[in-house]
Amino acid sequence: MITQADLSTPYFPNWCPGCGNFGIWAAFKNAAIASGWDNTNTAFVAGIGCHGHMVNFVKLTSFEGLHGRAIPVASGIKLSNHRLNVFVFTGDGDCLGEGGNHFIHACRRNHNITVLLHNNNIYGLTTGQTSPTTRKDYKSKSTPDGNPDEPFKALNLAIAAGATFAARVYSNDIAGLSEMIIKANKHNGMSVIEILQPCITWNKECTPAFFTDNTYKLPDTYDPSNIVSALEKTLEFGEKKIPVGLFYKVEKPTAESEFPQIDEKPLVDTPPNKKDIQNLLQNLY
Amino acid sequence: MQTVFSESPVYSAIKSVDFLVALNQETVDLHKEELTQGAGIVFEDEGKIDASSCKDNCRLFPVPLKRLASESGGQEIVSNNVALGASLAAMGGDLELLLNLITEDLSSKGEEIVKINQTAAKAGYDYVKENFSDKFEPILAPHETIDKNMVVNGTDAVAFGAIAAGLQFAAIYPMSPTSNILHHLAANQRKYGYVFKQAEDEISAINMSIGASFAGARSMTTTSGGGFCLMTEGYGLAGQTEIPLVIVEGMRGGPGTGLPTWSEQGDMRMILHSHQGEFPRIILAAGDSKEAFELTMKAFNLADKYQTPVVLLMDKNVLDDEQTFPKFDYENYQINRGKIVTKTESQYIRYEVTDDGISPRSFPGLGNHVMANSDEHNSYGFSSETIEDRNEQMSKRLRKLDTCAKEDMEQPVLYGPEDADITIVSWGSNKGSILEALKDFPNLNYFHISWINPFPAQAVFERLSKSKYLLNIECNSTAQMAGIIREKTGIDILDRLLKNDGRPIFPEEIKAKINSILNRK
Repeated sequence: MITQADLSTPYFPNWCPGCGNFGIWAAFKNAAIASGWDNTNTAFVAGIGCHGHMVNFVKLTSFEGLHGRAIPVASGIKLSNHRLNVFVFTGDGDCLGEGGNHFIHACRRNHNITVLLHNNNIYGLTTGQTSPTTRKDYKSKSTPDGNPDEPFKALNLAIAAGATFAARVYSNDIAGLSEMIIKANKHNGMSVIEILQPCITWNKECTPAFFTDNTYKLPDTYDPSNIVSALEKTLEFGEKKIPVGLFYKVEKPTAESEFPQIDEKPLVDTPPNKKDIQNLLQNLY
Repeated sequence: MQTVFSESPVYSAIKSVDFLVALNQETVDLHKEELTQGAGIVFEDEGKIDASSCKDNCRLFPVPLKRLASESGGQEIVSNNVALGASLAAMGGDLELLLNLITEDLSSKGEEIVKINQTAAKAGYDYVKENFSDKFEPILAPHETIDKNMVVNGTDAVAFGAIAAGLQFAAIYPMSPTSNILHHLAANQRKYGYVFKQAEDEISAINMSIGASFAGARSMTTTSGGGFCLMTEGYGLAGQTEIPLVIVEGMRGGPGTGLPTWSEQGDMRMILHSHQGEFPRIILAAGDSKEAFELTMKAFNLADKYQTPVVLLMDKNVLDDEQTFPKFDYENYQINRGKIVTKTESQYIRYEVTDDGISPRSFPGLGNHVMANSDEHNSYGFSSETIEDRNEQMSKRLRKLDTCAKEDMEQPVLYGPEDADITIVSWGSNKGSILEALKDFPNLNYFHISWINPFPAQAVFERLSKSKYLLNIECNSTAQMAGIIREKTGIDILDRLLKNDGRPIFPEEIKAKINSILNRK
């Protein structure tokens, strides 16, 4: 039985009051308590950005790596110990700017990890420049004349690249997010949750009111197994037209399942031992 | 391709050519200046090859290579075995041995192919026997007893050394001249139970390997200089988060794409200094395949013990050149994983401050709260920017190098007499060419350095201070090792033989340099 106290560290988050990260933090801890994620079965990796501080506020085994590189670190952890629940916390700049290449290739390989993509459509930690998901023409410190670039649609990219679970949740829907994190972790494959997150300091457009007013839940009749309608749905965005929920979910072999040598047990369950290489050397004669 | 053989050990390629097989005119033109007095040349008789421009006293063996290949039932491609048979006859070798080798090499391609190639070799052999018996030089007469040796290159040595040392995980992006390491690792992973993954780029390769190591796996990655540029960020990450990692860097000619298929010793300074800030890095350099095998195995123990990246620097010449060695011995090797926590502790402190700088390492999943933090952190791993934590953690990390210098660093090796007229100082693949050159100079010695960081400054200072005359040899333009020696010992080696055209430094070039010094004295 895991409690809030087990997960708490001596530190209280240094995010701005009202930051969407608080909702994500609460939802993740609630999911951990509900699912029994602790230091015997779970590890998470964070990139660099406001989200990256998460390692200081959740007492679970964690790795705060480099900007954009959380996914490869998580892939290495999962390949070495697939018994662990492995989560990645990453931001829109971290995941889609600096780490874009890793993101698409991890989707393609279908690593059995869960990626929580904090998307606040802005660079918060570096005080307000456009990110790869900032809308065109948006005025920021780095684009005072308006953003000249089209934004990525994160879920569209994820599904096209091969992710087998793609969902979107609003950060302040703590119960809904918690439920989705649990569902994503249960999914066998690369799970991407795009979390719509207000940056109350640097993004004056994507406010809590904006998300509350404009998001709607995908209806019960929506079929998440159809890649074409899922891709179509990811293109929808605008006034009263931001779908949230599970966009896409299919079963495919995971990256980890491609290695018969780790079929029976995780790689690290057998400590490294000195190998007899006489056969290899004999071939050199 | 060049092959050197001798009754005494051969340490390197040489520049001169005693016997040339020319399948086209380009080969003759490229190598005619390298031919020795009385050199033999097997070449196509019925083609347009003109060997008349070669030195007057060369022994010419014009052989209808293509015709004999065709008469043997093969395509033009089997001309090589006609030429091999012809060369063997000219050198007085035993045809049976060659036929057996052809069987061994080609049997996987079927009996028919073996037969065609054997017939071709015999045709070349018989042709030379019948037509040129006055030009033989029987240097290949069979010996009664022969020590059987492996034919091994540096990529074999690194891959097999890693497997023997208990490698568990390797993520690699292909790059010459280290790709053959990943080929070996890919082919053998199921049999030996480790995981090899080709990553999407070098940044991912090093970060995946770091993640695997964090999870508890013995981890490595390999690349060349250009790939290492992308790994630079991960290199320091491993240093800062104190994650063990073995990195093999195969040096080719730079900068940019540079000389992709040639050798250079231009990356030592990069490996010593790349990444922002300061962290402990252990850097080793291999002089030949045997050293590469032993240093690879050692690198895993050093990485685990010191929880920091260990780089093995390799010259392209060591990685690609085949050399004969007695079977590698690893009997006494023991895996040392360093300070590992094997049970759940009530208060686990990942970055605990210790005298030797090494903190207890626990793996995810055991129950301890394990943090790896690239932000500066306190002893638990939580981000911290306090002056106290910064000073404690920074000096703790760097203290590991002092411990390593005391407990593990090896001294350079001196080849040749203690008292010598000239002491040559060098590193990496130059070792072979220097030892080959020194066969002619018994009163010279060679000081071979394989630990770059920590650096055996005291031993280098003492040796060089005693020497009568110092000569530095390196395959780069700026004498990087000489610079480090000066930095660490104050000794400036004034005479240098530097080469950076990508080709190996040949014993002939070293001998000429030595002679010019001796004549001056």
